[in-house]
Amino acid sequence: MNIGDFFGTALFSSTLRMATPLIFASLGGVFAERSGIVNIALEGIMLVGAFVGMVVSYYTQNPWLGVLLAMLAGGAVSLILAINSIALKADQVVTGVAINIFALGITGFMLRRLFGHAGQSPSVAKLADWSIPIIKDLPILGPILGKHTPPVYLALLAAVLSHIVLYKTPLGLRIRAVGEHPRAADTMGVDVFKIQYLCVFISGLLGGLGGATLSLGLLSSFVENMTAGRGFIALAAMIFGKWTPLGALVACLFFGYADALQMLAQTLGIVFIPREFILMLPYLLTMAVLAGVIGRAVPPAAEGKPYER
Amino acid sequence: MKRNLILSLVLVLVLSLGVAAAAAPKSVMVTDVGGLGDQSFNDAAWRGLNRAKEELGVDIAVVESSMMTDYEPNLSNLAESGADLIWAVGFLMTDAVENVASLYPNTKFGLIDAVVDEPNVLSFTFKDHEASYLAGVFAAMWTETGKIGFIGGMDVPVIERFESGFRAGVKATKPDAEILIGYAGNFNDPGKGKELALTQYNQGADIIYHAAGATGLGLIEAAKETGKWAIGVDSDQTVLDPEHVVASMLKRVDNAVFYGVEALVNDEFVATHLELGLAEGGVGLAYSKGIEIPESILTAVEAANEDIVSGKIEVPGTRAEL
Repeated sequence: MNIGDFFGTALFSSTLRMATPLIFASLGGVFAERSGIVNIALEGIMLVGAFVGMVVSYYTQNPWLGVLLAMLAGGAVSLILAINSIALKADQVVTGVAINIFALGITGFMLRRLFGHAGQSPSVAKLADWSIPIIKDLPILGPILGKHTPPVYLALLAAVLSHIVLYKTPLGLRIRAVGEHPRAADTMGVDVFKIQYLCVFISGLLGGLGGATLSLGLLSSFVENMTAGRGFIALAAMIFGKWTPLGALVACLFFGYADALQMLAQTLGIVFIPREFILMLPYLLTMAVLAGVIGRAVPPAAEGKPYER
Repeated sequence: MKRNLILSLVLVLVLSLGVAAAAAPKSVMVTDVGGLGDQSFNDAAWRGLNRAKEELGVDIAVVESSMMTDYEPNLSNLAESGADLIWAVGFLMTDAVENVASLYPNTKFGLIDAVVDEPNVLSFTFKDHEASYLAGVFAAMWTETGKIGFIGGMDVPVIERFESGFRAGVKATKPDAEILIGYAGNFNDPGKGKELALTQYNQGADIIYHAAGATGLGLIEAAKETGKWAIGVDSDQTVLDPEHVVASMLKRVDNAVFYGVEALVNDEFVATHLELGLAEGGVGLAYSKGIEIPESILTAVEAANEDIVSGKIEVPGTRAEL
């Protein structure tokens, strides 16, 4: 055992891969909630994205087309949430939970219809790794950042872009205003519903991309319920990051690190901490954040409340 | 018109029941939620039934369960229909079998991978640790780095059996080999399975055995990506990637089902619990056909197989016995 392993490049490289699907979903959560809509459906949206991405890549051998359609499918599912919670003023959490259950059922059902068996899909064409010139030859940074599946880089880019959109553009200002005080935004001439539809749709696009990251980036097939709770962890990361894109990014990297660390600790046979405890660690941290142990997490003021004009 | 249709349907049903009772015995199965096409337990059980149909001439049928709440109705419907031997595939059906078997004392039931103590239930479990021992021997002979990985789904008694048998096989063959152990914490997260595998490969392992269900599919992806090797589980997973999945532990559910039906046909059916190991052909090790496996490995695995069958080697089923 080498103490250096805990700070080794392989560990950080693993961290990035584990964090990537979380980052997309978490950014999706930020957009939806900043406009006042709770998107607990991210888990289901990711699952649909993972499935559609796999199917498109299977039939076209084009994983990038798969990613694109996975995003659109995620967006389409998110519109169910949008219509229910914005137009019909339904409870957002209940709608979200229903979408998650629906997603689990429909992907399993379609898997059987298309491929004749449950459980897993055939292997499909996945996204080819990108290797970044210059960076890949650097010491330390090279092994960590030099060569990855494309979504890893897209996730980092998406976080920065989301930050710019939310904090440096008029649209971002409107989104934040709608989430904090929709009445005030409305009187200032902001179309509250339009902003909310847009944000939930963006949230769906990002969730779908997070799902495709699993089935086409990190892996090359679909497995029933393969998101395995990542949609919920992503929401926790969003809270950890205090509803900001860069905060969510850091939180996801932290969760990814905790996961990568527990895997390495197991592999190295570190027995003085029980394996179950290590497996539990990311979730314990999540609860600590939710309980306000680490900083005060203040959600957007109008979150979860349907706006009546 | 409608009434006539229903009447004739009932008539056909009654007639067919009468015919079936007079003719060959009928053995049917209920799948668990995995359903047919799971490339695992359910498919294997169905293969066993089909073999019984061909060789023993029994009537067979299958009912697929889409939800866990379907188990009991499916089982009792088949019992009502007059089937002689009903198979319940998978430990998830344990409770359903327990309830239905006591309601239909004249119908016989076969349960796979779990035990129900009723006077009309034949339960089959498998000595997974024995075949895992062979996988351990294989891995110990195959490794070039002297480091061998094991990935488990959840740390539950069944998986502990796989781990213990595997470790015993490795240690008996190559005492100085290092075994890296990792548990994902679930059976449906191939993303995590892949990352665990990459971590183990990165720490020097060059062959990894898994008992992690769909989580283990990530191992197979990692093996392909890094050009290293993997050992599959339950069904013959070497077909998924013959160059990297060099061997696969087999659970011969098909043999269990066939034996059960054979016993029924020969009037030797006894409601008991049978544990199928290497000696009974209940478990085994399959080799990849897409890569050359050195003769020395085949000989070593075969020798270990004989020693276990003859009782010379007692394979541990828990970590405590290791």
